[in-house]
Amino acid sequence: MSIALRSFCIGAALAALFAGCSGSSKSPTDDTETPTAGATASGAPTDSEKVVNVYNWSDYIEPAVIADFQKEYGIKVNYDVFDSNEVLETKLLTGHTNYDVVAPSGPFLARQIQAGVYQKLDKALLPNLRNLDPQIARNEAQYDPGNAYSVTYMWITSGPGYDTAKIKQRMPDAPVDSWRMFYDPTVIAKFADCGVSLLDAPSEVIATVMVFLGKDPNSDSPTDLQAAEKVLMAIRPYVRYVHSSRYIDDLANGEICLALGWSGDVKQAHDRARDAGKGIDVAYNIPREGGVSNFDTLAIPADAPHPKNGHLFIDYLLRPEVAARNSNFIKYANGDLPSAQLSDAVKNDPGIYPPPQVQAKLHPEPTRSPEYTRLLTRTWTRFKTGK
Amino acid sequence: MDNHAGRRLVAGIPLLWLLLFFLVPFIIVFKISFSEVRLAMPPYAPLLQWLHGLPHPKLNFGNYAFLFTDRLYISSYLYSLKVAAVSTFCCLLIGYPMAYAIAHAGPTWRNVLLMMIVLPFWTSFLLRVYAWIGLLKNNGVINNILMYLGLIHEPLPLLQTDFAVYIGIVYSYLPFMILPLYANLEKHDNTLLEAAADLGAHPVTAFLRITLPQSAAGIVAGSLLVFIPAVGEYVVPSLLGRSDQLMIGRVLSDEFFENRDWPVASAVAILILLALVIPIMLFQHYQRRELEAQK
Repeated sequence: MSIALRSFCIGAALAALFAGCSGSSKSPTDDTETPTAGATASGAPTDSEKVVNVYNWSDYIEPAVIADFQKEYGIKVNYDVFDSNEVLETKLLTGHTNYDVVAPSGPFLARQIQAGVYQKLDKALLPNLRNLDPQIARNEAQYDPGNAYSVTYMWITSGPGYDTAKIKQRMPDAPVDSWRMFYDPTVIAKFADCGVSLLDAPSEVIATVMVFLGKDPNSDSPTDLQAAEKVLMAIRPYVRYVHSSRYIDDLANGEICLALGWSGDVKQAHDRARDAGKGIDVAYNIPREGGVSNFDTLAIPADAPHPKNGHLFIDYLLRPEVAARNSNFIKYANGDLPSAQLSDAVKNDPGIYPPPQVQAKLHPEPTRSPEYTRLLTRTWTRFKTGK
Repeated sequence: MDNHAGRRLVAGIPLLWLLLFFLVPFIIVFKISFSEVRLAMPPYAPLLQWLHGLPHPKLNFGNYAFLFTDRLYISSYLYSLKVAAVSTFCCLLIGYPMAYAIAHAGPTWRNVLLMMIVLPFWTSFLLRVYAWIGLLKNNGVINNILMYLGLIHEPLPLLQTDFAVYIGIVYSYLPFMILPLYANLEKHDNTLLEAAADLGAHPVTAFLRITLPQSAAGIVAGSLLVFIPAVGEYVVPSLLGRSDQLMIGRVLSDEFFENRDWPVASAVAILILLALVIPIMLFQHYQRRELEAQK
């Protein structure tokens, strides 16, 4: 998705090469500091080493949750972050990651399960599974049949994030709750001057084009892909860049006025714009034609050094109050049934917790075959390079 | 320890280093480039399969053939060569006068100036490229100053342009041009220039006929040190460039991360390497000639 982390790795390697400074990435077990808290109060089984190594998306947890877990169980959390599924997958497929809990998104999870990356969850160690929203668990089961290897941490949608004033000024009747904002050349052309960005997530974006075209978002037919490519090429001149995280800041400070973004990220842009106080108001809608939903899951690698602690950490994140704290903080919907601890602003936001009639129109992001992935990547490259 | 053994030891350590950190990874990548993708850990098939207790090698040349069936790989490679060549030329134009000035400065100044060339390396390369985003963007320093001065009324699109990529690469690699040029220019014998002046040569003539030819080895060394890494440059075009310019480094990372096709990614890497071997050999040739000239 985003290149920031990837370029960081390469940048760090270059820096190490050129400047002689240490640019190697820190392994999760480097941190030898151990907490002084006592033994597990609840009697849940833990590993002898009081450590759990967690690898999650960046900005994807309330920081105090980690400290509270350490305090309650006396287990030191080595918390490491990534910002792209591809980086996570590359590490996992290489093996020996030392991680106990990782957070892949649905289609990646499905493929990694097939590759034998994960161990089955021991459901006896996860009493808080009872808090899960059964509908969301059913959706997630399309990636992980029977929910054997994973639980849903957060689920998200993608749609137009926009600067309300600039859009209104250029097109008073702009279809802000429709994919036409991006895929109708006569509409997007009006916003080219103030800046439009698209997510660098080929599979997900193509699925949204299929929704716009009224085709099956799961389609893996090359003909449908060609039709989608046609749509994308027609709007290419009006797209300033294709990137999966740069738009958050750019929307917030007015560098761009329209972004195909992820729900919670656009909410974060909205908050940053409000805090900056420059009068920029950022809004987000799930398009009325329907959209694509994605699931960020929690799973335990087969070679995890502390699997019991990993289960304990996952179970902790599934507690209704902990899940609510995380959602309130990161503005994404969690996998639990909505709980009382969820703030009204989050619970009542249709962009975060869409009403049932909108939810019914959401399609979980499809899992693609390697052959289709290659065609898709090629289409995507043609789109990005505009030739 | 006699002189011979000592020399062997001194040569042996860097040789061991290259063997361990260059040749071994190269062999691994070379091996993967003949493999096939599969969904497993690791995501490629082993080359050697054991059938009835006998090794059964399975080489797949399809990865290389594939690179020539799609224009993408050739055209992004050519584009990378163009960017690297233009950047190298700009580095030379900017770097030569700087190296010349440093070589002709007094001893105290010389150290200060050299220090200033090296100083940016104390910060991470990535951070310095990010700093350029802050300078070049629409709301950035340069546009704000120009608008404040009333020279422009609308922000100039500077970021995500060819211009930004060239700035980023030239800025990042300039020291690699200056340092070898300096090392070369500093050794020049000034009496030659004095003699030329005594014989009535114009300073420009003296420069063109004495200094420039003598510094050829420095120019080649500096140019190759800029050109070779610039061809494979990934960070600068990703952060500062447009998404419609694909350099080969980006194509390689897409193969690796997006298509999860390690074998094709390895084949791309091997071909880049082979194509760069020629300039590297030129570099060695010039270096050897310079060493011999010093004897």
